[in-house]
Amino acid sequence: MSDYAVQLSAPAERDEPSAKEPTDEQVLEAVGRGDHDALGELYDRFGRMAYGLAFRILRDRTLAEDAVQEAFLAVWRSADAYKRERAKPSTWILTVVHRRAVDLVRREDRRRGEPLESAPEPSTGPADEDAVLRDRRAAVQAALTELPGDQRQALELAYYGGLTQSELAERLGVPLGTIKSRMFAGLGRLRELLAEPNA
Amino acid sequence: MTQLDIHEQAAAYALDALDPEDRWTYERHLDTCDRCREEVATLRDIAGELAFTAEGPEPPPELRDRILDAARAEPRTATVIPMRRRWVLPATAVAAVAAACAAIGLGLWANSLRDQSARVVAMDGGGSLIVAGDDATIVACVEDPPAGKTYAAWVIEDGTPRPAGLFAGGCRSVPLERPVSEGATVAVTLEDEPGAEAPQGEILMQANV
Repeated sequence: MSDYAVQLSAPAERDEPSAKEPTDEQVLEAVGRGDHDALGELYDRFGRMAYGLAFRILRDRTLAEDAVQEAFLAVWRSADAYKRERAKPSTWILTVVHRRAVDLVRREDRRRGEPLESAPEPSTGPADEDAVLRDRRAAVQAALTELPGDQRQALELAYYGGLTQSELAERLGVPLGTIKSRMFAGLGRLRELLAEPNA
Repeated sequence: MTQLDIHEQAAAYALDALDPEDRWTYERHLDTCDRCREEVATLRDIAGELAFTAEGPEPPPELRDRILDAARAEPRTATVIPMRRRWVLPATAVAAVAAACAAIGLGLWANSLRDQSARVVAMDGGGSLIVAGDDATIVACVEDPPAGKTYAAWVIEDGTPRPAGLFAGGCRSVPLERPVSEGATVAVTLEDEPGAEAPQGEILMQANV
């Protein structure tokens, strides 16, 4: 029996229902020990969001599947790296997925000639989606609309469009330094907005 | 790149918006800058929030099995890092990367090789070979190999290639598992996992010692 299975079947604290569920960190640690069940659990937790992100960037089902598969395999190979990156497991996994998708979109050169794209209209997502996830999505969408237009544009074209900062500068016809400032200010403002109650 | 310039790259790095050679340079900077790692971690947390608004179709149900099957088929190695680099970098970047790679390799070796003189040999096809005595280390940035493939290093002496270690994609320093002598050739090929006793793939990089 794997370490992970032992962990799953370990008796949970009675007064703390959440103790039954291993934390993301625990799942990732089990993945780091080579536990295949843990990798499946990790996919169950983040696979859907990873695929949504990859599809948003790549706009192609097959490429999105490739990006997600390669990202999870990268996680499988180096599950300990998240400690080095000082990241939450969720942030780290989505970072790996994002980078993979961005690298693929650059390789495929799928962005040429695409119109500037803005964020999609707020959406409710799949019907069985976790309510916490749905709230978080709504909060981020709302925060994005609060950003100054040029900051929002820089963040969206970089994060969802896969443009590099120099491509952004060229595309928008502004100096590179301006793009850097917009991205930095945009992330800072986004943090403030998301920290506000009922953001 | 000045220190001031490099600190301005944090937001772009967190958004994966650095150009490839800048990304590489910045990551080397992160290796040495605690404050920058903290800053990137914070910015990445915020950038990661953007992932929550991305929604697409459901992943196909078979994707989960495909990932698990691929993981089962993989020999586990401890050294692989998720980092990507193309074989072909802009000409200006190649020199910078080679110089930086050499610096890393030499830095890593500084303690153990204080009394030996290491020399750097540029490899045909990219990367550098650092030779000190009969030890050699390949320092190179390579694209992730396709699924089921691995990079293999070889030491070729008297026309006979012998395996000298396997490695994955990324910018990395790969100490060879086999000593090299004057006149030997070090080569890198792409092989089916889990590696082979004799090279099957064509030579991607090589250098004479």
